[in-house]
Amino acid sequence: MTTEEVRNVVLDIISDIAPDEDLGTIKDELSLREQLDLDSMDFLDIVMELRKRHKVEVPAEDYPKLATMASCVSYLTPKMQ
Amino acid sequence: MAGQQRIVITGIGLTAPNGNDLETFREALLSGKSGLRHTEIRYMGKQVAGLCDFDEFKYQSKKMRRRGTRAGSISIWCANEAKNRAGLNWETIDKSRVGVFLGITEHGNVETENEIFEMHQNNLDWKLWSPHHNPRTVANNPAGEVTLNLGITGPHYTLGAACAGGNVGIIAGAQQLILGEVDVALCGGVSESPQTFGIYAAFAAQGALAQNEDPTKSSKPLDKNRNGIAISEGGAIYVLERLEDAQKRGATIIAEIAGYAVNSDASDFVNPNPDRQVQCMHLALRKAGMQPSDIDIVNMHATGTGAGDISESQAVRVAFAESNKTFVNFTKGHIGHSMGAAGSLELAGNIPSLVDGMVHPGINVTELDPDCAIPNLVLDKPKEVKVKNILNNSFGMLGINSALIVKKFE
Repeated sequence: MTTEEVRNVVLDIISDIAPDEDLGTIKDELSLREQLDLDSMDFLDIVMELRKRHKVEVPAEDYPKLATMASCVSYLTPKMQ
Repeated sequence: MAGQQRIVITGIGLTAPNGNDLETFREALLSGKSGLRHTEIRYMGKQVAGLCDFDEFKYQSKKMRRRGTRAGSISIWCANEAKNRAGLNWETIDKSRVGVFLGITEHGNVETENEIFEMHQNNLDWKLWSPHHNPRTVANNPAGEVTLNLGITGPHYTLGAACAGGNVGIIAGAQQLILGEVDVALCGGVSESPQTFGIYAAFAAQGALAQNEDPTKSSKPLDKNRNGIAISEGGAIYVLERLEDAQKRGATIIAEIAGYAVNSDASDFVNPNPDRQVQCMHLALRKAGMQPSDIDIVNMHATGTGAGDISESQAVRVAFAESNKTFVNFTKGHIGHSMGAAGSLELAGNIPSLVDGMVHPGINVTELDPDCAIPNLVLDKPKEVKVKNILNNSFGMLGINSALIVKKFE
């Protein structure tokens, strides 16, 4: 997957987990939690959906790497080749 | 209830398979409109269900709905409707003095089945089990979701009472008010049961699952050719208050809780016990200080099963043998069996009779089972009767019986 495709994967998952949010204005370098109403349970859902939909496993020690959209893409792109 | 504080109903919020408010529901019951349809049940295919079509997102965000349960969503709808209709000032009310008490038949089957299904779709990968499973399946979930939604900080819990749950929830609310534990009780019953395969399969295994090519004719309580239960979802939540509190704030009083009783058969897991059902009805009458002839309507539990309907018919004949002015109806022909919601929903459907003077009919009886013949049974068409007192029966597995009496407020 390209970085753009990985970004869309993450957006798709977030749109399901936080369906009330406007995802069109996300700034990739800012913390997702600062921009969206996401809590720790939502991040567990993101991890779960990555595993279910794309067979990508995110170990607990790597959860901080999902903090921003940019870090998500950077972390997930090698795993989704 | 002699010697006790008077408890009154000041608001009712509901969703039923044939109406999302009391007026629509009542009109459907009077006109014989069914709420049953066919739906696809996992593994089993086409089955009859009573499904509700209220707007899940009127009072709840999409995110909270996703995180919660269908029973929670039904509860949130009903609770909001009830408190709005009661005219409670939610900005100023002391929310630590509000309690939520909801009867359930079961809770958690839907969510557990969904998780197991997902796991099976993914090579039994147990790491896909949702972190939301526990908060979704704890038994207090439906009541707890109401407190989260409405900012209620008083007590909340559900009451597991099988299909007597709807009555038992209302009774619990009244008791908490009498005890002085709360000033406002949001209470009743809810059900999400049609979302679960297991309940369908279990009733099928018992030979007690309603089947009919026309789903609106599938639920046939008291009919000779009845073949079981049509499973439904729904809910009805009441605002109960002590009379003096309701009067102080100028609330419109819909009806008064006159008496109630809950007892146990202690005889079988599933089969009912008519003697205990008679005792339950008589105990409720005693608590209300009433005679059988004081009751204008008995709303039967009448699920459409062979043994259940015969037992209850026998019990009603005995309990009301001394009364020739008590009319008898049932609601499950219209809406099927809404499980934990049944008691509160069916009572709600009869409460307008205190004002409109009509007894709604039971429907779908084409050939009355002689064993279910009861004097003054109202079938097919509404009956015009001056109504002051209503007794509502709800019974459940493991032999739990409940009878709840409401009276016109005077």
